Formats: sequence, structure tokens, C-alpha cells
Amino acid sequence: MQVNNEFKPLIVAFCCNWCSYAGADLAGNNRLNYPAEVKIIRVPCSCRVNPMFILRAFQRGADGVILCGCHPGDCHYTSGNYYTRRRMAMLFSMLDYLGIERDRTRVEWVSAAEGAKFAATMNDFVEKVTALGPNKRLEDLRCKK
Amino acid sequence: MNNEWVRDEITRMSGVNPKKCMRCGKCSATCPAYDEMEYHPHQFVAMVENGDIEPLLKSESLYMCLTCMACVERCPRGVEPAKLIEAVRLTAIREKGANRLKAEAVPAMLDEDTPQQLLVSAFRKYAK
Amino acid sequence: MQRIGVFVCWCGSNIAGTVDVKAVAQALGHEPGVVFSTDYQYMCSQAGQDMIKEAVAEHRLTGIVVCSCSPRMHEATFRKTAQAAGLNPYMVEIANIREQCSWVHKDMPVGTEKAIILGKAAVAKVHLNAPLTPGESPVTKRALVIGGGIAGIQTALDIADAGFKVDIVEKKPTIGGKMAQLDKTFPTLDCAACILTPKMVDAAQHENIRIFSYSEVHEVKGFVGNFDVTIKKHARFVKEDICTGCGACVEKCPMKKIPNEFNLGMDNRPAIYIPFAQAVPKVATVDPNHCNMLKNGKCGLCARVCTAGAIDYTQKDEYIEEKYGAIVVATGFNPISMDKFDEFAYNQSKDVITSLEFERLTNAAGPTAGKLIRPSDGKHPHTIVFVQCVGSRCEACAQKGKEYCSKICCMYTAKHAMLVRDKYPDTEVYVFYIDVRTPGKNFDEFYRRAVEEYGVKYIKGMVGKVTPDESGVLKVQASDLLDNKQLHIDADLVVLAAAIEPDKSARPLATMLTASMDTNDFFTEAHPKLRPVESPTAGVFLSGACQGPKDIPETVSQAGAAAAKVIGLLAKDRLKGNPCVASSNELMCNGCSSCANVCPYGAITYEEKEFRMPDRTTAIRRVAKVNPAVCQGCGCCTVACPSGAMDLNGFKNDQIMAEVDAICK
Repeated sequence: MQVNNEFKPLIVAFCCNWCSYAGADLAGNNRLNYPAEVKIIRVPCSCRVNPMFILRAFQRGADGVILCGCHPGDCHYTSGNYYTRRRMAMLFSMLDYLGIERDRTRVEWVSAAEGAKFAATMNDFVEKVTALGPNKRLEDLRCKK
Repeated sequence: MNNEWVRDEITRMSGVNPKKCMRCGKCSATCPAYDEMEYHPHQFVAMVENGDIEPLLKSESLYMCLTCMACVERCPRGVEPAKLIEAVRLTAIREKGANRLKAEAVPAMLDEDTPQQLLVSAFRKYAK
Repeated sequence: MQRIGVFVCWCGSNIAGTVDVKAVAQALGHEPGVVFSTDYQYMCSQAGQDMIKEAVAEHRLTGIVVCSCSPRMHEATFRKTAQAAGLNPYMVEIANIREQCSWVHKDMPVGTEKAIILGKAAVAKVHLNAPLTPGESPVTKRALVIGGGIAGIQTALDIADAGFKVDIVEKKPTIGGKMAQLDKTFPTLDCAACILTPKMVDAAQHENIRIFSYSEVHEVKGFVGNFDVTIKKHARFVKEDICTGCGACVEKCPMKKIPNEFNLGMDNRPAIYIPFAQAVPKVATVDPNHCNMLKNGKCGLCARVCTAGAIDYTQKDEYIEEKYGAIVVATGFNPISMDKFDEFAYNQSKDVITSLEFERLTNAAGPTAGKLIRPSDGKHPHTIVFVQCVGSRCEACAQKGKEYCSKICCMYTAKHAMLVRDKYPDTEVYVFYIDVRTPGKNFDEFYRRAVEEYGVKYIKGMVGKVTPDESGVLKVQASDLLDNKQLHIDADLVVLAAAIEPDKSARPLATMLTASMDTNDFFTEAHPKLRPVESPTAGVFLSGACQGPKDIPETVSQAGAAAAKVIGLLAKDRLKGNPCVASSNELMCNGCSSCANVCPYGAITYEEKEFRMPDRTTAIRRVAKVNPAVCQGCGCCTVACPSGAMDLNGFKNDQIMAEVDAICK
């Protein structure tokens, strides 16, 4: 596949405060590189992420959105990530229906000890989104300045 | 014969996951045909798991299992050894010429008391 | 409009090495609302913090953005700085440009660009920050302990010794629990009653402890520091304060053929009874299912012989309401039913018993006065077979037993086997095991002693079936895996080490407390390593086997730990909450219950509220109300809310949206 080397995707990552955000910090502590296209937003729990936030990111021109939470069963709030899993399954199947490529969205469980997994996940995700090219279908051009 | 392939085939046929076994030996403890067998139910499970299947295929134990399913009923881990033995037996029988029961051997076994149904089911169980 | 100050930290060369901090400070200085922007080598140092304080005063800042390390590192530091400068601590936002920027990107322009974007997102968020004040609630200085076994007694004693009032609720007529039924305790073989009964008496006589025996928790409302609990005190038809426990009524009662629960049905008790001699409280209890007087009004013998006049056939169940600051769950365990294990012939033969029944059989205060005999014919057993892991370590979907290891069986079986060989050296004792698990202080030594000194025959393998024959002999068929043999043993007594499970009362209790449970009905702890005695629900603590299988030493240490946590809570006069909690906009709320359904803490309740409608009428609507003392701030409800009424302080919808927008610009 022809990959446009000039294209740098914009990735929004939602990370839960207790596991994934700490995992991202650990990736930093261990100096594990991942692309700078990834911008992290901290949320208390992955279940705080409203599907609206993800749609909003796409509307404003994000090319991929990844949501990271604690591993199932490890949620700091007992059951939050189970809700995340179900909600995102719904949202992703809707995005599928709308013709949005499946690789633009992802839910990943990253624990506070998995710095390496965080970096690897981000590398892989950015690579996949780069291959897909810019998100044209959901971007709202009226939001462009 | 490729042992790993045979093992996978046996576990696939039987639907048994020998890794679930915790080596408690309750299957062998409960087995009514224990004394007739060279390899006992718990050994079947361990040997299949280790891919050590050749000796099992050659063993008379295969035909000593009554398929009473007591081991299946009692196993605390739900391993179902009898199903595994059944699958090993099938593997042996499916090999060319390895039928346990041959048609020409039947007349010698017949007597007045043998119900015909027994022969039919024996054929189903011990012949291809 | 906020007046925002931006402070970019170099962190020595940690940030400044790959991020052009001056460029970041300059770029963020042009953001709307930013009135001051600077950079400094170490923002977290005293000099850096002073710099922030001065800037707040000089530029009349209302919000602060610090571009530095992870908020998990220094958010608290900068919040304190803001507070010292007279700002609300929650007006500070951190842009993480070290762990998530300078340390992971090598290229200066790329790192700088990302740092600016992260800074912009933080600025956008601060614009929408509002001052937050943690809610405060008073603490009721009284604790409730549910369950009066060794776990509950120890917890109550420890709390009471620290000077706080404690109530113990026990559903049985006496406290003491399972430990009261035991004979000896491993690995030291001291008698259970000798070490437990003094503690029971201590609890009964302690000025800070009240014991509600024959009682259950009926209803729990409220939250940490302020629980409202209704306790149902079952009618025992005896006035507790008058009964002297003399036992005259017990002797005279004509209904003597009722299976004695305390001895697991191995002997009988009358309809009015005291469970055992050292019961606390030592008062009689009338069993309403068997008492003739209560059933058909004929008898009344106990009332006539009672010189104290304590019998009261008209007593009714009583409901007691009390306020508590903390609740400790100590509901304990039970052996599982053996009904599903037909192969061991438990229901066919009286000589197949569980280990707890064996405890009673060897207990000097038990039905046989400590003489080990076969329950069927009273003869001395010569061959005893112990079977371990009956119902433990089973596959979950088999539905027969439990998936977990019950933990205590290896040790008590070794104890039983050893005691038998000690008392009756002529007995053959076999123990069938899968693994012998003895991870405890002096545990393995104890097990080895059973084998080496006492000659207990340990056989690796399982018993397949037990068949009683006509002469009363139990035919045991088992495997010996090491010898690769099938064994046939003629046994006189078979003892099954039944798995243990949480008490049946635990599940409804967990619902009342909104405390979570695992699939096996054990209470889950707030953190399996670091908060092992707290439940995820604030103010609810766990003690003993209700949290997982435990032996006595472990139970007692957990009881002490739970007590320490309770004391820590009760020692406070007021509780300060986390202000980042959910709150609902009453005008938008439909009262649909979506939020309450997903809340893991039961923090959301509903109330009927009067509203002025646009047409100047008054309407009563049902709206959600979040209890800030209970809410932990996960935000699950905010997404569940269909009308968008629910929002999370500190992580409001518009704040996160603003961050998204700033990043995607």
C-alpha cells in the first residue's frame, strides 16, 4: 500500500487515571518512544469517556481515537471498564455502519505496569491510522479555521 | 506419526482439555476396570498431554475401558478421561487394519446367550 | 473571563533537553485569557513555588497551568501552592510535558509542538474550572460489627479498647462462631475453647461493647461516618436481662428430640436451650418451631420452673435503630453441603462425616464427651480414612464444588490424623491428598510430624467411591498415584474435608451495604494487595473468612487490621470528601434511574422536589441526588445519563470537550 510519508495523523488518547495514565507515565520513565501525534487526555476512569467525546474528536479533525483503561476486573471503581467495553462496542458498531474504518478507533487495556505495552500499542495504532490516511468522512470542515 | 498432530487430533475429537487435570487421581480411584488396565485413566490424561501417545495406541487398556463414564462423573476438574480414551481408541481403530473386532472372528464368539445387539454395538465400538 | 498564568518547568534538562521551554511559554502566552507566562528551571522547588505565588498576587491570576511532570507526581504540590497563594486548589491544571512528551520524543521541534498543544489543552480546561470545596460530614463514633465469631470478637475488642463504642450483631443465640465448635487448633494444639471463651467473656464485659445476639441486620442506609442501621432482634421468648442461665428450664423441657445444631445434629437438645456451657450471653432461647407452648399453647413448664421469671411467651421481634460511623463485616463461613457428592456415601452412612462433625466428635464438650466412636454403632473405629479437597479446587462449571482452595483443610486434617494416632495408637489412619499445602509458620513441620512421629499414612491420590456394606464396613476404593495402584480399604470411619463457602447471609448483606462480592460470594477488598481489609464501599470493612478462606491466626490479624482502619476513621471528627464527584442538574434530570443503575457505590438517590414551571405553576418532579460522601468520582453516571443532567466536577463534559477541541485545533 502506498503510504503518504508526509501525512501525520492526529491521535487523541483517553487514559484512565489509575492504570493507563500511569502506564503512559511509565513509558515515559523508561524512555520508550512513541509518535508525538498521540495526545493524551486524562479521565478518572475509562467509563467517564462519553461516546460524544470521541465523535467530537473526529468532528474536529482527529484521525484516530484510542481509549485506554484498566484491565477488566482491575477497575479502580470496580466495574467502570465493563461499562466502557459495552458502550464502545455499541459506538464502534455504529461507526462501522457509518463506514468509518475499524482501525481508527480502539479500546485497549493498559495497566500501570505496562509501559512497554502502552508504547507498543501507540506505535501500532499510529501506524494503522497512518496507513488509513486522513479522516475525511467525519471531519466537519466548518470547524476548520 | 507426528505426535503433536495426533495429540491435537485426539483432543479435538474428544473435546477434552488435558491441561485442566490437576493430577488428583480420582478417575483411577473410581475406575471399575482399573486392574484390567495397563495404563490407567489418569495416565491416559497425562500421556496424551505429553504427546506420549504411541504406547497408548498399542495398549490393550484401550479395550478394557468400559466407557461407564464414572471418571467423567467424578472428575473435579471436568476433564472427562473416558472421552479421551474413546478418542485414542478411535485413533487406533481408524489406522489401516487396526480393527479390534474382525468379522471372521465373530463366529467363535457366538453362543446362544449372546444378544445380537451386543455384537452390533461391539462393532460400532471396536471396528472401523 | 479567567486570568490565567502559565508556568513552564525545565525540570533541569529533563524537559528543556527536548522541548524548547521558552518557545512553549511564549506560544502559550498568546492564548486567550493567559495574562502571564514564564519558564523556570525547577517549578516544584521552593523558589519555583514562590514564583507562582508572587505571580498570582501580582497579576491577579484566577487559574494556573503548570507545564511540568505528571500530575500523578506534583499535582498535589501545586494545588497546595495555589491554596497558599489564596486561590482555590482546584484551579490548577497540569500539562504533562515530561513523561508524556520530552521523555518519549527525541526531536526538539516535534516535542516543542506537542508540549504547546498539551499546554493549550490545559489552558482550555482551566478556563472552565470552577472552585471546588470538599464536602464535610460528621462521623458517628460508634462501630457495628456484623458477625460474632473470632473475627468479629477480635475486631470489636480492638475497637473498644481504643475507646470507641462497638455493637456486635450475631444471628445465633451466642457469639463464638465456628471456633467455639473446634476441639484443638493447629499447629500448637491448644484447645480452641480455652483461648476463645476468655475473649467472649471480655467482649461481654467490656464497657464499650454491646452484643445483640439472635439478631440480624435488617436495613442499612446512609454512608461512611453516618450509617443508619436497623437491627432485627429475634424474639427468644426469654428476657435476656433477667435470665441467669441456670439451665433449670433446659432440664425440664419435655421436647428433647430436636437435632442440636451446635453439635451438627449428632445429638439432641430441648426446645428451650443454651447452645453450650460457655455461651455468651448465657441465656436460654426458645425454639419457636418446636416449643409446644408457642405452637399450640399447651405446656408452659419452663415458665413454671424458672425462679427468675424470665420466660415470656408473648415476646415479639424487636427492631432497634442505631447510627454507626463504620461497619465491619465478619460473617464467616460454612462447610458446603455434601449432597452433591454421592460417591462418598455421606447421606447413606452415618459413619461418613465432615471434618467439622469430626471436631465435635473429638471435643470433650461434644456429643460423645470426646470419645471417638462411630456414630452408627458407638464402636471404636480401627481404620479411619480422611479425604481432602472434597469440593475444593473443582471446576467452576461442574457446579458440584468450589473452584478455590479452601486453605484450612490440609492443616486441620493433619491435626485430626495426628490427634487420633496420639489418643488411639491402635487405629490405622489414611489421608488421601492431591497436594499438601502448608504455607504457614510451623505448618509444614506440623504436617511432617503427623507423618514421621505419629505414623499417619499419607497417600497421594483421591478416593473414588465409598460403599457401605451390610455389616457397617465402609468399602473405600482409592488410587495411589505414586505406587500406581488402586487401593481397597475397609474403613470404619470416613472423614471428608469439605470445602468452605461464605455464609448464606453474606449476599443479601452485601446488597444492603452496596459492597461488592466475587462470583464465590466472598466480599471483595478495595485493593487485593494494598487495601485488603477495606471493601470498595467507603466505611465498610472486612474481617475474617467473609473475604476469603482463612485460618485462625490470619483471621485474628485481619480482624486487628480492620479494627485499626475503623479506629482511624472514628478518630476523625469530620470527614473531608473528594470534591471531584458527580452532581446532577435538577432542571435537566428526568428521574429515569439510568445513573443509579450504573453507580457502583449506590451514591445516587432520588427525591421528589417542587419546581416552578414556566407557566408559573408548581410541579413535583423526581430528580437524582448524588451523595458527595459516597460518590468516588468515576463518572460512569455522566455517560449513562440520557438527558445530560449528570456531570462530574473537575472533569466536566465541557472541560473534556474543550481539551479535545484544543488538541484537534
